[in-house]
Amino acid sequence: MSSIVIVGAGPAGIAAAELLCSHGHRPVVIDEGERAGGQGYRRPSPDLALDMHALMGSEAGRYEALHRRFAALAEHIDYRPRTLVWAIEGRTLHLLYDGRAETIEADQLLLATGAMDRVAPLPGWTLPGVFTLGGAQVALKDQGCLIGRRVAFLGSSPLLLLAAKQYRQMGGTVAVIADTTGLAAKATALPGLLASPRTLLRGLGGMAGALRAGTPLLHGVTPLAIAGNGHVQSLLLRDAAGRERRFTCDAVALGYGLKPETQLADLAGARFVYDEAFRLFLPETDAFGRARPGLYLAGDGASIGGADAAEASGALAAHAILADLGGAPAAAEVRTLTRKLARLRGFQRSLARAFAWPASQIRALPDDTLLCRCESVTIGTVRAAMAQALGPIEVNRVKAMTRCGMGRCQGRVCGPALQEIVAGASGQDGAGAGRLRGQAPVKPIALSAAGESTP
Amino acid sequence: MSRASTDVAIIGGGLIGVWTAFFLARRGQSVTLFEKGVVGAQSSGTNFGNLRLQGRFPGQYPLSLRSHALWEDFEALIGEGCEFAQTGHLYCAFDSDEAARLEAYAQVSQSHGLAIERLAPSDLRRRFPWLSERAIAATFCARDATANPRLATPAVARAALRQGVEIRENAPVTAVTRQGDGFRITTADGRGLSCAALVNAAGAWAVQMAECFGETAPVFAAGPPQFVTEPMPMVFAPSLQTIDGSVIARQTERGNVILAGYPRTAADAVANRAPVPPAKTLAAMRALAGLVPALAQAHVIRVWSGIEGYLPDMIPVIGRSDTTPGLFHAFGFCGHGFQIGPGVGLCLSEMILDGSTPTPLEDFAIGRFRTPAVVSEKFQKEFDRPSDMGIERSAEKGRAIG
Repeated sequence: MSSIVIVGAGPAGIAAAELLCSHGHRPVVIDEGERAGGQGYRRPSPDLALDMHALMGSEAGRYEALHRRFAALAEHIDYRPRTLVWAIEGRTLHLLYDGRAETIEADQLLLATGAMDRVAPLPGWTLPGVFTLGGAQVALKDQGCLIGRRVAFLGSSPLLLLAAKQYRQMGGTVAVIADTTGLAAKATALPGLLASPRTLLRGLGGMAGALRAGTPLLHGVTPLAIAGNGHVQSLLLRDAAGRERRFTCDAVALGYGLKPETQLADLAGARFVYDEAFRLFLPETDAFGRARPGLYLAGDGASIGGADAAEASGALAAHAILADLGGAPAAAEVRTLTRKLARLRGFQRSLARAFAWPASQIRALPDDTLLCRCESVTIGTVRAAMAQALGPIEVNRVKAMTRCGMGRCQGRVCGPALQEIVAGASGQDGAGAGRLRGQAPVKPIALSAAGESTP
Repeated sequence: MSRASTDVAIIGGGLIGVWTAFFLARRGQSVTLFEKGVVGAQSSGTNFGNLRLQGRFPGQYPLSLRSHALWEDFEALIGEGCEFAQTGHLYCAFDSDEAARLEAYAQVSQSHGLAIERLAPSDLRRRFPWLSERAIAATFCARDATANPRLATPAVARAALRQGVEIRENAPVTAVTRQGDGFRITTADGRGLSCAALVNAAGAWAVQMAECFGETAPVFAAGPPQFVTEPMPMVFAPSLQTIDGSVIARQTERGNVILAGYPRTAADAVANRAPVPPAKTLAAMRALAGLVPALAQAHVIRVWSGIEGYLPDMIPVIGRSDTTPGLFHAFGFCGHGFQIGPGVGLCLSEMILDGSTPTPLEDFAIGRFRTPAVVSEKFQKEFDRPSDMGIERSAEKGRAIG
């Protein structure tokens, strides 16, 4: 029997595993997390009394259903939690489990690796107390903690409103919700957003909630700095009317939407194309998620679409695997799923306009802003390296010259901003600046993982 | 504005090409350098950065020593730094056979005037307490050094620019033909250039050009598996090498530990791919943790390799063409071109301008490949499957080199 391996136990991985199991397969499901559910439907530690029903709000039903479905699935799959895939070579996946390296073979590999926060730097963004927006939510859902007592939500993302609401529910104070995209851009995106009225209503509900709670809700801001002496004390920004405003806070949640976790797709040989709407390089797939023979991509790791799109794309990829193994086509189901996925991902493209990546703001950041926090590289260092004779104009070369993106996170955090700085300094579009090439290991691994040497 | 003719054209913007350009221009030559991509992007920019004098091919010492003096003078000569660090190099043996080989290398090094310290186990424990007790002997050369390869070649290229060299990046050469006593070069964009002398420093891509003039060398592309760890507290200052090749490591000033090791892996020069098999990364991780136990919890953050040109006798081609006056070759540096790069540039400039160089380079003539290639012992040790690499093995035992 063919060995089917799914990486990621979020909505996409779970939906794919369900369908494969219902056709008599027993897929391996590898997940880096302690518990299944992915990031959005993350479950708290079992001994933590946390009211997930209240936290998940309108998504509580879906949250509970997904975990019920996974529980029913558990005995029909080979489930490997707390396992990192750190390299891929041909059909061999190199794993790290419990501090040890091991391998597994995959004939069909479905990568459902999810997404991470996309952040843009600003002066002061590495002060203690600054978290990514997703990190602020993880603290809440995983540990029942708030990142601060008085939190500023900064960036451009519909999740700013959602997270702020969750923080209010848990007793936190919201200093400000500051979105860099102006209201005019949001109005332009409105027709596209009607593709998913349920999500749109949740967003509008969030806005209404913020207004009722008296939280300042600003659109079209220019972030200027996060200030503080050893810890966040305030957020300074320029509002849409051009006034400088300072908000006292002890934490900042910073997020500009999500970026797919594509390192494994890269190592597995997917091709990448630049996407103008998201201003990111995304892996290329067919409508089912096929990236190359035997390689399938689903969920936010393929293209940002949210949990419902992840489930649909996971099921579609599973249909593709079944068909590629010679199964009978399930035409009606596939048609429904394809339509649903197209609608949801289309919605996300409109969202990417309503909550835009602040390209021109990033390009205008001052030289002394830290860009790469792993290697302590400032934007000025990058610009100076590019300005000299024979200076690099492509991100991988910029990295080689300046170490920007060369540290522990391998550019997963600074990569999008680096791309924008390089594009800005060389007068190119984002595509022309190039894409940071991936290399193993996907996450840092200790020498001891390789075991003892035999003298 | 680009020239229509030049005294010397150089093909290949690696370390060899830019140093050659620099020295020629300093003596008043007009020089144009063609690079298919950007300068220093291939093995010149991806190698380990070792400037090691110990254990080199014996016939290479005059060249190596001349080159080392240039590295030691880099900043004054070039006008910017390249993280040159004269940390010394510790060469380790695990058993008595290896210790005997170390001793043989040490004698060669000393015969060329290098100061080599021989270290017994008690010396090692005292001076390098972080070193595993598995190392039973070592030699130390304080003049050995390292530099940052990512910075060196662009820095020299900029110095060459200031000397008036014309550097054409992203200019793949599509044709080279004889034109009178000189040459005519055509690039992919259709532009042409005439020159009196021509230097072939195209690395893993050099053979194609040699073959335009009726000579060849069995170059193949390969690269070492390399990795870097997160920054660690300072553990060891000298660069570190085991004579079995399992570990070549150094800790940068920032604290990252960089490792290169054998066996090397075949690379695809056409598709520009140099894979690092994860099994080799794991083997190198084991070897490093075995040699420096304090690093067991250091985390590897990235692996990489590079595309280097190798020859079966594990020494490069350096010198004038056998078939074509005015043509000079310098390629196939077999993974040890970084240290000799500046010296090769200087010698080539002398051969072109003075007709000869005081440095003996006879061992490196391209003519040695008119007869079947000698496969060195080093070659057989340092690659996975030499037979897979299309190299015919010679019954004759190769030269012993380090």
